[in-house]
This record gives sequence, structure tokens and C-alpha cells, in this order.
Amino acid sequence: MEKQSIEQLQKVATQLRRDVLRMVHAVQSGHPGAPLGCAEFFVALYFDQLHHNPDFKMDGKGEDLFFLSNGHLSAGWYSVLARSGYFPVEELVTFRKLNSRLQGHPATHEHLPGIRVASGSLGQGLSVAIGVAEAKKIDKDEHLVYVMMGDGELQEGQVWEAAMYAAHHKMDNIIATIDYNGQQIDGPVSKILDLKNLRAKWEAFGWEVNEIKEGNDMKSVLEGLETAKSLAGKGKPVMNLLYTQMGYGVDFMVGTHKWHGSPPNDEQLANALGQLEETLGDY
Amino acid sequence: MSLDLKFTYTEKKDTRSGFGDGFLEAGRKNPNVVGLCADLIGSLKMGDFQKEFPERFFQTGIAEANMIGLSAGLALGGKIPFAGTFANFATGRVYDQIRQSVAYSNKNVKICASHAGLTLGEDGATHQILEDLGMMKMLPHMTVINPCDYNQTKAATLAIAEYEGPVYLRFGRPSWPIFTPKDQKFEIGKAWKMIDGADVSIFATGHLVWEAVVAEAMLRAEGISAEVINIHTIKPLDEEAILESVKKTGCAVSAEEHQINGGLGDSIAQVLSRHNPAPLEYVGVNDSFGESGTPTQLLEKYGLNAENIVKAAKAALARK
Ligand SMILES: Cc1ncc(C[n+]2csc(CCOP(=O)(O)OP(=O)(O)O)c2C)c(N)n1
Repeated sequence: MEKQSIEQLQKVATQLRRDVLRMVHAVQSGHPGAPLGCAEFFVALYFDQLHHNPDFKMDGKGEDLFFLSNGHLSAGWYSVLARSGYFPVEELVTFRKLNSRLQGHPATHEHLPGIRVASGSLGQGLSVAIGVAEAKKIDKDEHLVYVMMGDGELQEGQVWEAAMYAAHHKMDNIIATIDYNGQQIDGPVSKILDLKNLRAKWEAFGWEVNEIKEGNDMKSVLEGLETAKSLAGKGKPVMNLLYTQMGYGVDFMVGTHKWHGSPPNDEQLANALGQLEETLGDY
Repeated sequence: MSLDLKFTYTEKKDTRSGFGDGFLEAGRKNPNVVGLCADLIGSLKMGDFQKEFPERFFQTGIAEANMIGLSAGLALGGKIPFAGTFANFATGRVYDQIRQSVAYSNKNVKICASHAGLTLGEDGATHQILEDLGMMKMLPHMTVINPCDYNQTKAATLAIAEYEGPVYLRFGRPSWPIFTPKDQKFEIGKAWKMIDGADVSIFATGHLVWEAVVAEAMLRAEGISAEVINIHTIKPLDEEAILESVKKTGCAVSAEEHQINGGLGDSIAQVLSRHNPAPLEYVGVNDSFGESGTPTQLLEKYGLNAENIVKAAKAALARK
């Protein structure tokens, strides 16, 4: 894929936000908050960073891979996959409907291009990513394996089993990213079960930590992901702490857990879309 | 088509709200009742209890395995913990924790599981557990309960607070007809014959009890007399009630929002094969995962609605 300018990438991110809102609104279910906050990340990854092939192969040999462990961000992932050519953009209209490949949470069962393992039950994605990264090491395939998790998701014990494994086994072809939005379902992460010093935790587990402080600024995200890439291959797994805001881009949704899993009604949708220019054409 | 239903409703509500309201009432009755939840307080309807008894409620974060362990500890310390999360994360996710710390150790823990089955809808198969009844009923010491509507779920919640021992209580998300009486008495392990019939016995559990009530009326319109029995307790199973009904009707249908493999139907088959081998037809999910869709669409696609119960009843009759 040809490199795009920051302005072009930002346009894709804005369109992704429109897609997400229209998708969850149409079925009155799903999770708008976190995908809105991760729009820059998704677009920077798929349109700039990944060496990937939209002509999908399950085994992913010879390309970079991405796994979405926090599967409830499916609307955002589906949008970026469609917009980068994995399947027709029009298919977004089937999201969460009967007989669709676009399941509520990502699934391989219906063979949607771009998805390599189901997710939705939290805490499992890092382990799977490490597994395929091990396969790449055996094959001497130098491509990277990316995985995203939520910050609330880090409360699951399996994440830390995987964290320990990755450092011990020097999985330096793993670049993980935490959507560090500070929110989960029942409230702010700090009130539910505080993660305390997250950088120190990952460092203590033996990871290289890379903080991306402006997770909703395309330039910073691009630079941050470049830095992460430069840290790979040096004997340690890499962790991006991506500071985002849940609901970013829509003034009444930003910064609160209330939009974790609630779709907008008709009026709210109109209001939200009014704040987001239609850049690439709605599906 | 207007059906002459033996049970009717004026209101619909989710069974999880029956749980939430019963849980609050149980907390008011008994200061030893405590609650735990893994970042799904709103979805489990545990918020009122938490507000009224904050010192008796524990938010564990998204850490179900830890929640089960904490529950076992609270129980051995004399409390009656109600641990709530989605049915998938309340069972499969933490099976070994339940097996060792709760079932084998025989701790008085109430595992409260919402969003069970296909009717959770759009979230799809990752969340639609259809194997939980099987997993839970296989565990020695475990009591397994799957009530059918808001009122029965509330009554069941109150009943398990008074019962000593591990319990799995399964309920759901969709708004569902309330067709059983308010403030009913709930007897663990005692099947409830809701409708008398002579030709075929329908044993239903959970949301599908309503579908069975509808199916009975459809069958009656065709001259077939069906008996409808509400099996709210999968384990211990009311074998006597099952045998008594099938002795009269000579054939049976099981109906559940669960895999056929390992579900209520399997338990009934065991009873019949031992004591009265009679034709049994299964209404349940046939060795497949679910998918996204509305509850009604999914019940239809996966063969779990009243029409499917009618079909199964006729098939059972034909084999008599
Ligand atoms: C194992 C498991 N437990 C519980 C849930 C229900 N659940 C879905 S999203 C979520 C909150 C996740 O928080 P976070 O990772 O911070 O994501 P965000 O709120 O930022 O979208 C929970 C508890 C789940 N999907 N999987």
C-alpha cells in the first residue's frame, strides 16, 4: 500500500468513527466507546504500519499480523478491515445481524477475512499472539505480531501468565498495545480494580514499555508505532501504553464508561455524525 | 392465529431482573448474604444490593477465577456468597476453580449466571454459552437451576439463599413473558406440572417453558393433548414426576436453550432408559455454536421455538 499523508489517514479515522456509530446504531447493540478512542490506532496500523495482505491467508506467513484481544471493539476493527480492502465496505451493514460474517464479537467461524481467532471473552488474545509469534520464529519469518488489549482486560490473570512467558522466551517479535482509556463497564478502572503503575508492572515482567501519550493524535500514534517497531528484535517483547479517550470524536461520548456498550439513539446519532465529516463515503 | 393459552401474561421482563430483585430481598432477610461481581453489576442487576449493602458487596474487576476463589473463602467464613457474571464466564472460564474450591470442597457458593443461551442475541457465539448446564450438572454436590420467567427466577433466588450447598443458577437477558405467579413458592428439585395432558409429556426448562406453553395450545388445536412440566431444577432431577408423566403419556419431548449433548434431555433419557424406555424427542441446539441475531430469529433458526416443540411432539407420538 502506498504511504498516505497524516491528513489522509485522519480522514480514514473520521470515516471509521462514522462507520462505528452507524453500525451500532443500526442494530441498537454493540460497543461504540472504545473503537471511537482507537480510531487513530486502527488506521495508523492498517494503513501505515502493517506489512499485510488483504488477500487473506489464515496462516499469515510472510506478513505482519494483528489480533484484537478486546473483541468488543469489533465495529472498529471491521471498519478498518473493510476500508483497507479485506471485504466489501457494504458488508458493514450486516454487523450483528442474522447470517452475517460480522459477528458481534470477532469470529473465524463465518470466515470473515482478516480474523484469525475468535475473541470477546477477554484475556486470551496475548497468548494466541505469542503462539503464532513462536511459529514465526521457527519459520525464521521476521514479520511482527501485533495485539491489542483493553486496560480493564488486564485484570484477567491469563494476561500476566502470557506476559511472563513472552519475556522469558524473549518474544521480541511481539508488539502489544493497551488501549489505556481508563474506563471499563462498571466505571473508571481506577475505581473498579486499580492497575496502579502499569509501566512499572510491565517492566517488572520484563517488557520494553513505550508510552504513546497522545493516542488520539494521528502524528503521535504514527511516531509511537514507529518507535515500537524500532524496539522490536532486541530480545524483549514490546508494550505500547496507548493513552486514548473512550468515545473520542463525539463531544457527548468522550471520556466516560457510559458509552462502553450503549448504542446512540436516532437523535444522538444525528448529533454525533454532525461532528464527523463524511470523508470516504458512508457504506 | 389466536391460541387458547393455559397461561397468559400481561407483562414481559428479563429473568436477570428477577434475580436482582430476589438477591436484594435475600440480602434484607439474611445479613450473611453477600455479593460479588466481575465488572458486570449493571448487566447482572446487582446494583440495588450493592447500593443498600456496600460493605457486603465485592467488585472483583474482570477476574472471574479470582471471584470464584474469593467466594469459596467467604463461604467457609460463614457467608453466603452470590457470585454473578455472564454464564460463559461463570462456568467454562472458571470450571476448575468451581470444581476444586466450590464443588469438591462443598462450599455454600451461589454461582449466578446471566445472559445464558442463544437469547442473549447480538453479542454472538463467544458469549452464548450452550454447554453450561451440562458442565455444571456433571459436578458432584452441585445443584443446577434454570427458572423460566421473572417471578420464578426471583423465587428461585430466594430459595437458594436458604439452601446450604453449591448452586448454579442460570438466567437470561431478553425481555420474556411473565406467566407464573408472583410470590410463588420455589421448591428446589420439585418439578411443576403446569398443564395436564394425556398424549405426550413436554419437559421444558428456562425460557423454553414459555415456548412449551404455546406449543401445548397449538397441539390442542390439532386434537393432541400435551402435558407440560416445568423442570426448573435440572439437578437434582425430579425423576418421580418424569416417570409418572411418561407412564401416562407414553412419550416425551425435552426442550431447553442448550446443547442437546449433555443437557436436560440427556438427563431425562437416563431416567427413561433405566425405568421406562419410551420415545423421547429433543428440542435443543444440535451440536453447533450460535451466532448474532435477535432472540426470536435465533430461536427459530436453531429450532428452539414453539413450532419446533410441536414438531417434536408429533415425532414422539408417531414413535409410540
Ligand atoms: C472474560 C470476560 N469477562 C467479562 C466480559 C464482559 N466485558 C466485556 S467488555 C468488559 C470491560 C472491558 O474493559 P476494557 O478492557 O477496559 O475495555 P473498554 O471498557 O475500554 O472498552 C467486560 C467486563 C468479557 N467479555 N470477558
